[in-house]
Amino acid sequence: MKALLDSFRPGLTNREITPLQFFGKHGITIAFFLCVVIFSLTTDKFLSTDNFFKVVMQASIIGTIALGVTFVVIGGNLDLSVGSLLSFATVLVVDLHDKVGPGMAIPLMFVFTLLIGSVNGFLIGYLRLNSLIVTLGMLSAIQGITLVYTGGKNVDISNDENTWFDIFGRGDLFGIPVPALIFIVSAIVLQVVLLKTSFGRKVFAIGGNGTAALFSGLRRNRLVFSTYLLSAFTTACAALILGSRVMGSQNNVGQGYELLVLAGVILGGTSLLGGSGSIVRTVIGVLILALIQNGLQLLGYPYYSQWLVTWVVIIAAVWLDIAAKRGKLFSSY
Amino acid sequence: MNKLFASIKKQPIWIFVLACFVFFSFASPYFFDTGNFTNILVQASTIGLIALGMTFVMINGNIDLSVGATLALAASLAVGLQPELGITGAVLVGLLSGILIGALNGIIAWKTGVDAFIVTLGAMIGVRGLVFIYTGEESFYAQDLAYSDFGASEVFFIPVMAFIFIFMTVVSHLLLKYTIHGRNVFAVGGNRAAAKEAGIRVGPHMLFNFIFVGFMAALSGILLSTEMGASTPNLGRDYELWTITAVVLGGTRLTGGYGSIIGTLGGVLAIAILRNGMNLLQVPSFYVLIILGSILIIVLFIDKRFSEQQGQGVGA
Amino acid sequence: MHVETAQSNESANLQPDQKPLLRLKNVSKSFPGVKALDNVDLDVRAGEVHALLGENGAGKSTLMKILAGIYKPDGGEVILEDQLVTMSSPLEARDHGVLLIHQELSLVPDMSVAENVFLGNLPRFGGMLVNNRQLNQRCGEILERLNCKFQPTDPLGHLSIANQQMVEIARALVFQPKVVVFDEPTASLTDYEKVVLFGVIRELKESGTAIVYISHRMDEIFELSDRITVLRDGTYQGTFETAQTNEDEVTQCMIGRDLDADIEHEPPELGNKALKVDGLGIEGLYSDISFDVHVGEVVGFYGLVGAGRTEVMETIFGLRKPDTGSVQINGEDLVINSPCDAIDHGLGLVPESRKEQGLVLGMSCKDNTTLANISKFTKFGWIDTAAERTIFEEYMEKLRIKCPGWEYETLNLSGGNQQKVVIGKWLSTSPKILILDEPTRGIDVGSKSEIHHLIRELAKSGLAVIVVSSEMPEVLTVSDRIVAMYDGRITQCFDRNEVTEDTLIRAITGQTV
Repeated sequence: MKALLDSFRPGLTNREITPLQFFGKHGITIAFFLCVVIFSLTTDKFLSTDNFFKVVMQASIIGTIALGVTFVVIGGNLDLSVGSLLSFATVLVVDLHDKVGPGMAIPLMFVFTLLIGSVNGFLIGYLRLNSLIVTLGMLSAIQGITLVYTGGKNVDISNDENTWFDIFGRGDLFGIPVPALIFIVSAIVLQVVLLKTSFGRKVFAIGGNGTAALFSGLRRNRLVFSTYLLSAFTTACAALILGSRVMGSQNNVGQGYELLVLAGVILGGTSLLGGSGSIVRTVIGVLILALIQNGLQLLGYPYYSQWLVTWVVIIAAVWLDIAAKRGKLFSSY
Repeated sequence: MNKLFASIKKQPIWIFVLACFVFFSFASPYFFDTGNFTNILVQASTIGLIALGMTFVMINGNIDLSVGATLALAASLAVGLQPELGITGAVLVGLLSGILIGALNGIIAWKTGVDAFIVTLGAMIGVRGLVFIYTGEESFYAQDLAYSDFGASEVFFIPVMAFIFIFMTVVSHLLLKYTIHGRNVFAVGGNRAAAKEAGIRVGPHMLFNFIFVGFMAALSGILLSTEMGASTPNLGRDYELWTITAVVLGGTRLTGGYGSIIGTLGGVLAIAILRNGMNLLQVPSFYVLIILGSILIIVLFIDKRFSEQQGQGVGA
Repeated sequence: MHVETAQSNESANLQPDQKPLLRLKNVSKSFPGVKALDNVDLDVRAGEVHALLGENGAGKSTLMKILAGIYKPDGGEVILEDQLVTMSSPLEARDHGVLLIHQELSLVPDMSVAENVFLGNLPRFGGMLVNNRQLNQRCGEILERLNCKFQPTDPLGHLSIANQQMVEIARALVFQPKVVVFDEPTASLTDYEKVVLFGVIRELKESGTAIVYISHRMDEIFELSDRITVLRDGTYQGTFETAQTNEDEVTQCMIGRDLDADIEHEPPELGNKALKVDGLGIEGLYSDISFDVHVGEVVGFYGLVGAGRTEVMETIFGLRKPDTGSVQINGEDLVINSPCDAIDHGLGLVPESRKEQGLVLGMSCKDNTTLANISKFTKFGWIDTAAERTIFEEYMEKLRIKCPGWEYETLNLSGGNQQKVVIGKWLSTSPKILILDEPTRGIDVGSKSEIHHLIRELAKSGLAVIVVSSEMPEVLTVSDRIVAMYDGRITQCFDRNEVTEDTLIRAITGQTV
């Protein structure tokens, strides 16, 4: 057993690991498999390829955004504006679809979404304003911009039979739904970027200790800026999936997404203080949320029952993580 | 009088409130009117009541994201339980639900040491789940007309909601300014380690603040439901964001240790006057969103410049 | 001259009129990688000022934190008025009448002076309310006793550091303490404030309070104290009656054998001027700083904390914008706007605080080592991990970094090894000019000497090195030339051969003409 435990920490084989530490480190993976096992045993539809892709599909929008937000959070900041930004981007791409055609609508949507992301990045990266408040302000400002753009009306694509735009939300590629594919491929790419490139390393450094990063010659401002560009980019990808799946958009479609995204990121064990986290774990976090949703639905519970479970799971996960670092279950003050 | 000027200097948001006030008085013939003023107060009261509680939580260095969901829970219980418990009983249960949610948040944050942001983020999602489970996604309507009459009634010639808001503002101000608890809230938010070392028990103060904001959210939700004569399961969505916006506009520092009820009142009024005035000028409400978002960021920017002038740090 | 050893100390304590009020017996404390205290004894009598002396890292602060209940000792006893006590929190210590005046202030800047003085202990009114009248009145009385010029209602954040220090002292007086511990209280005080403080300490002493006084400064200790206990490397070295000893003897005891004695000071072969700073100044911080550093020499910057040394180095490194003056590197006029520019021009800075500025503690040794020149290990954005490991292992061997492996988190390393990782980080950028700010602060003596040797070797191998330090032995050991700073100005420059401790002390305390 000890050898098994040790195998999780290569290079540190001489250190004792307490059960608390073990669960703190791997609790999320265990919870993931626990979910799978429980739902497999209690429902007969759960364990099937179809259902698996359904879960990934469900997770794909929140999940894709969460990938970019993970970079922001590792860099030591927050992004609460992604929900509004998702509304904005979805409305924009759907509305432009009929006006200029999908071939132009998509790049235009990306340009404007990245533009807003760069406003976030400028305010937080270069002016060094508090990210929570800035993105809170941006949340309402972007919502306003979207409403001004649409004049308060919902938008949709008039001819949804005759366009290739539906591929992003409804299409298949090699038998895999495209939304799932977008999510998985972005996750793999970004995991590699985070772990193997100097950009990823620098993001860890600015989040772990911004001052030390600055003293080591990293361009902190520019790096923070890039993380917000990245989160805007993944939000734009998610908007592509959402707009294409619905073939239309309400102008507040993304409302509340920012906190679900954050829930997924936190569940994955990324610390809100920055400097730690991983894409794979964010994916697991988001998948757990989707699994709970899917499993409870298969069991016949209404969709909102998942929210209660989410509440418990988030707090339990973070508590375990903290308790493991503290070495004690309860705090002492 | 000098004291008044000094406190305005400390509360830049009041300059903005005054400017808005003057601007709308000239721009709209309907603005400068006692009827409209009480209107503004009534409109301000929902966010305002929660913001009063949130001020305590934020000065203490925490944040509460679950207030919108708590508001909906209290409103649903207060309306939905009326057939069984009568108005008084249902309202009491509603208020109690707010206190309980607050207590739960406080105890979890205290005992587990999980950051309040995460604790209340979880609660925000979970409590909304509770609301949906209780209501089964239905809106409730108050059968007893006495309930909705209360929301429309007046005390001392002002609408009861405005009265309660003013009353609670005074209570909160006194609580923050003159009690041991209030003073210790500043100490904990300003320098947590020092406060702990000086023997201030951080946990109980935090717990009290969460209970207080939970109570205020419930009160606000119940008042809102009397005004509407109904409750909906989606009531109070995004209220946490508006509340935090109001408190930050009012000069309360996000990291804790600084802030005031007077400032929060200014922040709340700024939002309410802006909404009211723009509405009177028939500007679509979306522009209010853009303006408020921008003001929030500008206030933050100015505040940062001020504090940078005071202390020279390492730049670049 | 009478020296009490640890043994004869016992008998001294038996005299009835000199019964110790507070006694520490065989106290030990370890931190991961360091034994901070090893069987240390200390006894303090009522009505005396007992000075605790030792170099940085000798264990003084650890001992005081044990006294104040912040740390729990691994072994040993704390005896207060003949009773064995355990103080597991600062609160308990306070209840026992033991109060610590912190070196780093623990105050709430946005609250008033009175509120800070009575923090956690506000006078009440009907149980729930704050009695503001009594609060300000009682605080006023204490401030008067301390000769303070400011009012109880002043916001603390508006006070000078010295006055904040006074508030910290006022806080202790609220409790009618039995033992007050001062941890380097004069570090940020002016001469006048010092006189006031000493008056306060003497008054406390006369009223029967036991004072433990920690300081580096010999003159203060001999002026103020009745007895002196010396610590070295976490061990008890002896207790002296102040009246019966002198500075030389105490210094000898404090420093012990000189580990750095084998460093030779042959005059360096001076190369070109690597760095020339001319008239550098930032308003309010320092002014008119001019000096140069040649290839192959070590220039020591010596001065008190707050003299502006660190700020000068940060400016050269592009972290601050100078108002006046210029910096030349290898004869070239340069404008350095950011650390990034500085690194490109061959500068390296080992910063003052390794935990806050030097290391990303959550990252591995390897990642920290390559952080400053990660681009060197990157091809098309891709990090070459193998090359990184090679370079880390190279420095691990060269600098003798003791760590289990390249992926070990720097958080868990001892101070000395952490510092070596920071130095390794800068050496791996192959700098031409290396600035080390307090390179051995809080590091055990063994590592200290290793780092001193390393600094000499680096200079010999053709680097221009600047060492900023507040420790005279360090400056004297490593430097070829010494620049003394006082209050934001360079007061004097010395050659290693012509300098004496006395002139150096005068130069950094502003006593030169």
